Order: sequence, then C-alpha cells, then structure tokens
Amino acid sequence: MSHHPPVRDFATDFDHTDPRWVADPYPIWDELRRECPVAHTDRYGGAWMPVTYEGVAAVAYDTEHFTSRNVVVSELRPGDDDLPAPIGVAPPITSDPPFHAMARRLLLPAFGPKPIAAFEPFTRELCNELLDAAAGKDVIDAAVDYAQDIPLRVIVRMLGFPQEDADIFRRFIRLILEDVDASAEERQATINEGELDTYLHARIEEHLAQPRDDLTSFLLEAELDGNKLHPDHVQGTMVLLMVAGIDTTWSAIGASLWHLAQHPDDRKRLAADPALMDTAVEEFLRAYAPVTMARLVSADFDFNGCPMKEGDWLLLPFPAANRDPEVFPDADEVHLDRVENRHSAFGLGIHRCLGSNLARMELRVALEEWIKRYPDFELADAGAVTWSAGQVRGPRTIPVRIL
Amino acid sequence: MQVHVDAEKCQGHNRCYALAPELFDVDDLGNAHELNDGKVPPELEDKARLAVANCPEYAISISE
Repeated sequence: MSHHPPVRDFATDFDHTDPRWVADPYPIWDELRRECPVAHTDRYGGAWMPVTYEGVAAVAYDTEHFTSRNVVVSELRPGDDDLPAPIGVAPPITSDPPFHAMARRLLLPAFGPKPIAAFEPFTRELCNELLDAAAGKDVIDAAVDYAQDIPLRVIVRMLGFPQEDADIFRRFIRLILEDVDASAEERQATINEGELDTYLHARIEEHLAQPRDDLTSFLLEAELDGNKLHPDHVQGTMVLLMVAGIDTTWSAIGASLWHLAQHPDDRKRLAADPALMDTAVEEFLRAYAPVTMARLVSADFDFNGCPMKEGDWLLLPFPAANRDPEVFPDADEVHLDRVENRHSAFGLGIHRCLGSNLARMELRVALEEWIKRYPDFELADAGAVTWSAGQVRGPRTIPVRIL
Repeated sequence: MQVHVDAEKCQGHNRCYALAPELFDVDDLGNAHELNDGKVPPELEDKARLAVANCPEYAISISE
C-alpha cells in the first residue's frame, strides 16, 4: 500500500512504491529508456534512476562518485549515529573501498560454489517436505506454501538456528523491505522494537560459549586485520544475510513459477528436458530479476548531463538493465534456451551478490522438485496474484491449480 | 585456442566454472582462473565461447 500521491510522470516524479510500478514496472522502464534514460524525482529527498544497461552498469562500477553507505531508498537517510562510509551499517553491502574488500573477503569462503553445494541435499529435502505438506490441496499458494520457506529455512540452517525460529526472520524481512514508504518516524519506531536484535544476541552468546560447525561460528572465528570480529559486526552481517538472502530468492522462485503457470509450452519443455534447466534458471533471473539496488551520491557532480548533488539517492534497477533491447535480443520475451546471457541480476562490479551461488542453487532445486512433482499447473486466479513493493520485486501470493 | 580470465575484472559470478568446469576452476574466494594454462582442446572450443558469452563482467578472453 502506497502512502504517497500517485505518480503523474515517471521521468520527473518517479516512485518505486507507486501502484503502477508495483503491478508492472517494465512498460515504465521501456518508455523511459526511449525518452529519458536517467529519471529524477524530488521524492525521498531527491533521487535519480538510470534505466539502460549502460547507465546502470556505469553507476555500479563507479564507487568513487556513488557510495553504498545505504542501499535501500526510504525517507530515512543514514543518520549521524550510523557507521560512516567506508564501513556502513551492514558490511560489506554498505561498505566502500578500501574497507569493502576486507569485509567481503571474510564472507566469500562460506559462499563459493563448492561450500554451497553441500546444502543442496538439505534444500532438496526441504522442497519435498513443503510439497508433501501442500499435497492434496486443490489450490496451492506457490509463494506462501513453497517459495517463501526455501531461502528462509536454508539461511536459518546455515546459521545453525532452530528451524522453528524462522518466523522471527519472516517478520523482520517484511519490515525492512516492504514498508519503505512509511514515514521516517514510523520506520524508526518499528526498527527499535528490537525483537531480532535480542534473538541474534542470544544466539551469538550461545555460539561464543560453545562453537559449532555453522556459519555463526564461522563468522565469530573470522578475523579482520588479525582481530576477531566484534559481535556487533557479526550481528550486522547476519542481518545483512537475512535481508539480502531471503526475500530476494523467494521472489525469484515465485516469479519463475508464476511464469511457468502461464506458459504451458515452457512447462512441457522443462519436464521433457531437465538439462534445459541450466539456461532456464539464467533466463528467469534475467527476465524477472528481483533486486533493485541503491547508492547515495558522494559529492556534487555531473552524470550524463544530470546535476547530481551530494546525498541524492541513486536507484539502480538491475531488472531494467536486463530488459534493455540494446543488450538482449527479444528482451521482453522469455527464451528458456537463451545461450548467451550476460544478465546483471546479481549486480555488476565489486558488490556482486555474495549469495549468488546459494540463490542459483536454491532456484534450480526449487524448480526441479516442483516440476518433478507438478509438471502441469495453472494460475487459479490471475487477479489474486500480488507483488511486493520496494526494491525487491516478486509475487507474494500465487494461487495455482494443479492440473 | 587459449582462454584467459582477467583477475582484475572477475567478480566471482562463477558462470564460467558452471558452464565449463573442464576449462575453469574457482579459488576459496570464488574467483575464477583458467586450467591447464588456458589451453582449450578442440572439443571444448564451443564451451570456451559459451563461457565468454556468459561472463557478466566481460572478464574472459579467447585467443586463437
């Protein structure tokens, strides 16, 4: 639900919480790409938005003029009490060079393709457990009954927390990512409630007292400049993993199933040819990339003729870059066998999504197990499908009928 | 044919390793490098081209 007045002109007054954008942002980006490749708005205290692949890439690679100190556009800019650049509130996603590389290096070994492959059997088992639980229903909500729980419970498993605590994270994710157009005061009040902080603090204490073979102990053992991380840094990193790792992959799984529910030919091809899944996963990521990032302008400067001012937001829609016809032939069509696919769903440059190997594994396994169980399904009620508002785009309700 | 990963450009997307594990491997940080000094046997030339065409950072080059 938007708290803001409706947008009249997306080139000069854009708002990513506008109902038109939430329902279908692609025509908006197509029009801007033709007429005004860098849009502006006075909302949120001033923000810019490139919509071409070239423009999005230029900002992603320019860590000198754009800081990552805050990457979620809202009425609330970083305050004086928040950690300044180059560290930011949730390293390394909110960090700039040179600190960024050090903070990122700590985490990379846990998220490479080889360590992530170790979680594939758990993920597959989890998918089947969810499918079993939904079996026998006439209508399954592919977002709520399936997609949502997969990344959530895999992260909970990686951190070494009890599976039954997954609800705490579900509530937190919703607060951080979906209420962005609430007022600064409302947002601050909810964030200060502190349920998650208290929970994480207790888990960290337990792990300090008794180290285990999980990501929490891995983080507590990690060293930066020869010193172990401060528990506050570890806690910030855990929050980052949840914000960045749950809503996003849930959106990608949901959007892929939403597509398949409406495209019987694509369903048949995937069911008949499981090897097609490799290119299909990349194509779903390109066409339905969930994540739009953000930057803040570091100092006044001119970007492609736009007079950017220090502190202006920069909205970075990777999903728009992925639909740029200059880079992707038939950009608005889904070709499951697209063999050349340099999409930017996981970002470009030094902030490439740390969890991309995890997300790809989860998306592939989730689709494989669903297709195996239900090769044929359709939307039970197309009008009942709802999409998230904010910088992570994905379906939040997808009622499907099994055929 | 030779392939080469530019370590400065590679950001660890791991597309090359997923598409052509015979030609590329990743280190502990997930960054890619070519195997066998980058030598590409004739039967893997298509896979090498596929890796190039799917690197989001344009980090892989081919020389013949």
